[in-house]
Amino acid sequence: MKPMPFDYARAKDVPDALAALADADAGARVMAGGQSLVPMLNLRLATFPRVVDISKIAELRERSESADAVTLGACVTHGEIEDGEAPEPAAGLMRHVAAGIAYRAVRNRGTIGGSASLADASADWVTTLLALGARFIGRGPDGEREIAAPDMFLGPYFTAMTDQELLVRIVVPKTSRDATWGYYKVTRRSGEYGLSIGAVILDPAREHASVVLGAASRTPLACTAAAAALRGAPRWTEALETALRTAIAEDLARAERPFEPHEAIMVETTILRAAAQALGVS
Amino acid sequence: MAAPSAPPALAAIEAPRPGCIGDRVLRNEDARFLAGHGEYLADLDIPGTREIAFLRSPVAHARIRSIDMPPGAEGRVFLLKDLGDIHPVRAVLTTPGFRGSDYPALAADTVRFVGEPIAICLGATRAAAEDLAQEIVVDFDELPPVVEIEQALDPASPSLHGWPDNICFVSTPGGGEVDAAAKAAAVTVTREFRMARQCVVSLEGRGVLAYWDRRLQELVVYSSTQQPHVIRTVLAKLIGVPEHQLRVVAPDVGGGFGVKNNLQQEEVAIAALARRLKFPIRWVEDRREHLIASPQAREHRVRLTAHADARGKILGLEAEAVVNAGAYSIWPWSAAMEANMVAGILTGPYAIDAYKGRGVTVVSNKAPLGPYRGVGRPSACFTLERLVDEIAAKVGREPHELRIDNMVRPEQMPYRTVTGKLFDSGDYAESVRQVAAMIDVPAVRARQARQNGTGPRRIGLGFASYTEQTAHGTDEWIARGLTEVFGYETATVRFTPDGKLIIEAAIQNHGQGLETTLAQVAAQELGVDPADVVVRHGDTAVSPYGMGTFASRSMVMAGGAVGRASRQLGEKVKRIAAHLLQVKPADVTLANNCAVAGARSVPLKSVTDAAFLHPENLPAGEDPCLDETTTFQPLSGTGAFAYATHAVVVEVDTGTGLVEILDYAVAHDCGTMVNPMIVEGQVQGGVAQGIGNALLEESPYDSGGQPLASTFADYLVPGAPEVPTVRIAHLETPSPFTAYGIKGMGEGGAIAAPAAILNAVNDALRPLGVELNETPITPKRILTALHDARTERAR
Ligand SMILES: Cc1cc2nc3c(=O)[nH]c(=O)nc-3n(C[C@H](O)[C@H](O)[C@H](O)COP(=O)(O)OP(=O)(O)OC[C@H]3O[C@@H](n4cnc5c(N)ncnc54)[C@H](O)[C@@H]3O)c2cc1C
Repeated sequence: MKPMPFDYARAKDVPDALAALADADAGARVMAGGQSLVPMLNLRLATFPRVVDISKIAELRERSESADAVTLGACVTHGEIEDGEAPEPAAGLMRHVAAGIAYRAVRNRGTIGGSASLADASADWVTTLLALGARFIGRGPDGEREIAAPDMFLGPYFTAMTDQELLVRIVVPKTSRDATWGYYKVTRRSGEYGLSIGAVILDPAREHASVVLGAASRTPLACTAAAAALRGAPRWTEALETALRTAIAEDLARAERPFEPHEAIMVETTILRAAAQALGVS
Repeated sequence: MAAPSAPPALAAIEAPRPGCIGDRVLRNEDARFLAGHGEYLADLDIPGTREIAFLRSPVAHARIRSIDMPPGAEGRVFLLKDLGDIHPVRAVLTTPGFRGSDYPALAADTVRFVGEPIAICLGATRAAAEDLAQEIVVDFDELPPVVEIEQALDPASPSLHGWPDNICFVSTPGGGEVDAAAKAAAVTVTREFRMARQCVVSLEGRGVLAYWDRRLQELVVYSSTQQPHVIRTVLAKLIGVPEHQLRVVAPDVGGGFGVKNNLQQEEVAIAALARRLKFPIRWVEDRREHLIASPQAREHRVRLTAHADARGKILGLEAEAVVNAGAYSIWPWSAAMEANMVAGILTGPYAIDAYKGRGVTVVSNKAPLGPYRGVGRPSACFTLERLVDEIAAKVGREPHELRIDNMVRPEQMPYRTVTGKLFDSGDYAESVRQVAAMIDVPAVRARQARQNGTGPRRIGLGFASYTEQTAHGTDEWIARGLTEVFGYETATVRFTPDGKLIIEAAIQNHGQGLETTLAQVAAQELGVDPADVVVRHGDTAVSPYGMGTFASRSMVMAGGAVGRASRQLGEKVKRIAAHLLQVKPADVTLANNCAVAGARSVPLKSVTDAAFLHPENLPAGEDPCLDETTTFQPLSGTGAFAYATHAVVVEVDTGTGLVEILDYAVAHDCGTMVNPMIVEGQVQGGVAQGIGNALLEESPYDSGGQPLASTFADYLVPGAPEVPTVRIAHLETPSPFTAYGIKGMGEGGAIAAPAAILNAVNDALRPLGVELNETPITPKRILTALHDARTERAR
């Protein structure tokens, strides 16, 4: 479990990193926190002749806040978000999610941009950023472009970004003051990737509700029927629960493959519990 | 029965003295470990050492057509033919009917499991060695693999070792009139149980470093092993180096749990190669190798039938245990150890007079099976204790009461079981009563009545009882048909001239606290301060011959040897002290580093000064020096039996299939406790592994024989948040057969946890029509069972 030999270089800024990526023959790969890349290298599942470390690029470590959004540099770490060292756009949801990723050692290095770029369907940020309607800013040879969350995650380990592009920052719209959220992650033991993740955001002021089911399929599933059932719901009732169950079944039917019975039970639970939490029931 | 050698003088301890047997002494070894000064195999820093990567088979079953070497392979890649004239490992039982097979150090013609070593590759670093391994091209002629138990039992499957089929051994223990029991029975319950294949997962993997020492003309083999002396014996035979020119050293060993209690192919290959090289070579097993190529554990399918009367008193048992032992028989235990053990102890702590057992060992294209904490007992306990709960449900009684009624009673001790084991002492039912009180059965039942059915989370209560055979003596190993008989242990106890004590023991301490507990035994006899005693172990060059640390034996065996040696040495100390004090030896006692006679005393240092440096001060006829070597064997050849009952309360989430442990209590009896703090640590650690067994750990293979769990992302072990603090009650019935009445207890915690947890989960889900009889109970298994039960009810 040791990697093949590779060159290591630390990029000083974004142009430096982009220059390294521009030469397709050089086979360079950027490394942010290295928490996914290094295990892949060690297991020799991936070999790259050149690893370009972007974790120290100042621009990628920036974070800022405007009236309606929070912007996070791609190399802001899970740990920094957990510790409140980045502005919070969603009433504590991001801090909560960050704290539930892996173990502290992983969170100290792992980055939100690395997680989004890798696009593991079980990753917490992938589900959360989809639910929050985040926008991803990539920069490549042709300059910057913005990718909306639904267009970003195309498949497992497959995003809309090209090999020559760098994800530089993520713009997360702020929720309203009275917005609530629910986040339910099923793991068999602490610190693991979720078997199933439910993320629910209810923003009555903006008449918005979003429900995303993560980890259970090839890409997170936007549960639009469940979201519709929740929109404007003032509180958790039995009638709401019944309506939600029907809506969830409708959403699941749109997944790219049928769920086995045990999966169907688990994902339904995940969404229902996230929804209940968003409505103040736990 | 073996020659009794425990002097009756080493009697149970009435009142513990500070630092002696029974005291909660802090561990001597922890200063070194906590400071990060432990020295494990990977820490050894011997100049010129080259690192090894094994080229391992990527396929489960194939003939090797050819091996193509990359440029630069000369002197860096070694195949079986490059290791000289060495013998394949042949681990057999002497029992008639056992089918033997050869396990070559490196595969040359045929590979039989994914991970089987084929070549040794050397590099300045492990990475460079892996680069080299990756360049070697092996042309495999793939053969159909035999993977699961059902395939292995199918006579139509290809035979792995040229036998008529893939059945290695069948044992048929038992006795009594089972047919009569069946006729007399009011209820008969039959179930099939499965315990998944597991990896052992010691924190430190295996590892070997070896070199030829030119000055001493000996081959030095460092190995992360639990049994250095025994490994030296077998290595000498296999690689043709005389035993007196072979030294095996186990440095600090980061956990064993049985996976380092075997001769390893890597040890043979590396030792043989090092004999032919001029520089040291080292292999440090990585986690991936550990998960796929180390000896694995469990994988049992047991069918059990119980015949009972209307009150649930068990009249007879019938069992068939099939164990998938993987590709090869490993030394010294053989492939048949698991199946024989399960079939041999299935009557548990109960007085069951009629039993018909069948233990079937099959081979397959999976990693070889080896011992893992508890060996066959977690599976036997799981099987029997699950069935006891089903009997209780059938006759409508509380499961723990049924257990009490069926258990061997104190007045029956010593009790010979229907399979020939001799239970030595104790009140088994008392462990049930105590743990039932600790867990508060009425309170749990009331909580269940309140909560279950009102939401997705259901409470369940489970019990499991067992006996743990420990410190197996000569008779046991002979009965099992082992080619070597591990019936004794040895120790040397020696003073240094400055009055300090060194214990040299053949066991290996890898987490058991033996550097402390053996010192406590010496303190008991010699009045020395245990913090001042050096315990050296794990090195064939520092101690007399002995067997090592496994099978919950070291405290009984090595403790007995240290006790005997110390007692004898103490007699000499007293004679010399008496001479110095001008009193009678019988009037001298040893305490606080002094020899005391009434108001007079002399420091031990003066005694050792006389013994080593001033023979003129010795009594007439007394030999100089102060050291003593003795061996120890328990009085009973089947060892001493510890026992316990575990009780657990779980909450099962029927929405996610997750199980949370709310409360866990253990009432156990391991006889005289040398250090209750260490005993409690062992119980807690064993339960942690049992929780893994029950809920998390599984090494699945696909139909092609590929192991699917090769990293910790797929092979889940419990972490601190998954392991509750276990509440422990000690019963202390000294064994009549051992020194001080000590019983072993190292495995116990792991034995009952799977059974207790599955009983609790089944207790929670029984009203929903769910029954789970397979470990681990994953969310998938629980939710699938819930779904099936719901579908069934809807019909
Ligand atoms: C034990 C363990 C447990 C874990 N548990 C969880 C969990 O519970 N939930 C969870 O969500 N994650 C989990 N992870 C993954 C962890 O969050 C990773 O840190 C994360 O997925 C990747 O982030 P990174 O910064 O380490 O990326 P890296 O490993 O450095 O890179 C990952 C990939 O993204 C590319 N990349 C990185 N940054 C950029 C960028 N700015 N632009 C373009 N491409 C880029 C890299 O080239 C690489 O291909 C776990 C990891 C470990 C080791």
